[in-house]
Amino acid sequence: MISRWLPFGVFAAIALLLGVGVIMNAGRTQVEIVSPLIGKPAPDFALPDFANPSQIVRQADLRGQPYLLNVWASWCASCRIEHPVIADIALSGRITVIGYNYKDERAAAERWLRQLGNPYHRILVDETGRAAIDWGIYGTPETFLVDAEGIVRWKHVGPISPQTVERELLPLLDTLGVGR
Amino acid sequence: MNAAMLRRWRWLLVLVLLAFAGSAMAIMPKEFQSPEEAERYRSLSHEIRCVMCQNQSLADSPAGIADDLRYQLLARMREGYSDEQIRDWFVARYGEFVLYRPRFNPTTWALWIGPFLLLAIGVWSLVAVIRRQRPLPPARPESEES
Repeated sequence: MISRWLPFGVFAAIALLLGVGVIMNAGRTQVEIVSPLIGKPAPDFALPDFANPSQIVRQADLRGQPYLLNVWASWCASCRIEHPVIADIALSGRITVIGYNYKDERAAAERWLRQLGNPYHRILVDETGRAAIDWGIYGTPETFLVDAEGIVRWKHVGPISPQTVERELLPLLDTLGVGR
Repeated sequence: MNAAMLRRWRWLLVLVLLAFAGSAMAIMPKEFQSPEEAERYRSLSHEIRCVMCQNQSLADSPAGIADDLRYQLLARMREGYSDEQIRDWFVARYGEFVLYRPRFNPTTWALWIGPFLLLAIGVWSLVAVIRRQRPLPPARPESEES
């Protein structure tokens, strides 16, 4: 009797499995790559400071306080959408927000900041995109949360929405005991 | 069709063929130092996924990030990395997802063994069903024509 229902059971199990996969992928054009860096030290880098290009900033220089690293470029349309959300986080003073200017032209980046405002504590300049590969960056915008010990705690791919801040970032800052 | 028209059509044909030429040809940057290097580069760049356009390999993708990653691939090769070290280098940055041929580890066991397991279940239930079938009644000489 059992074996009679077995093929149906197997079919139902496979259908369920595939169905869950389809539903989980609905509305997504590509899979968000889960960063293997989470829980690991942020990669080392040596990048010029936007405000003072002769000054080279290294990973070690940023250690000692948690920070949000926001990857942006003036050519990136969704960065423009995300900008007010990043500005809000920076203005709240809860965490230092560092900009990561990715594959951009200086003049265009300056224009962008003049137009929208500069919310960043400081901005690192990666003109070639070489250092970005060590971070596993593959597009803009992307945002990393790095703690005071230099460990990557969180990564968000795509523009951060106020909901993402509310539901993901702020609770994480609470558990990590950052600010307030 | 006059000669001028024919010439115009010929141009169209060339343009159409050119449009397809890009997709048939994997993107091969820079000069190689030897045929072996070119071959190794070709094989590795087909194994690694472009992270931006996720259904293409590094070899096939025209995206800017793919170009950066191809450059890194060649740089690692010239630094003397082994194939496995190169794969590790990419996995450390972009995760197992960058490998088109997933490695055999606890997170991919289901992926590797799953199909064979399903096949075994299928064969087993097929055999079970066939065995259970009652033998056919002995053939009787039929009155009707065959």
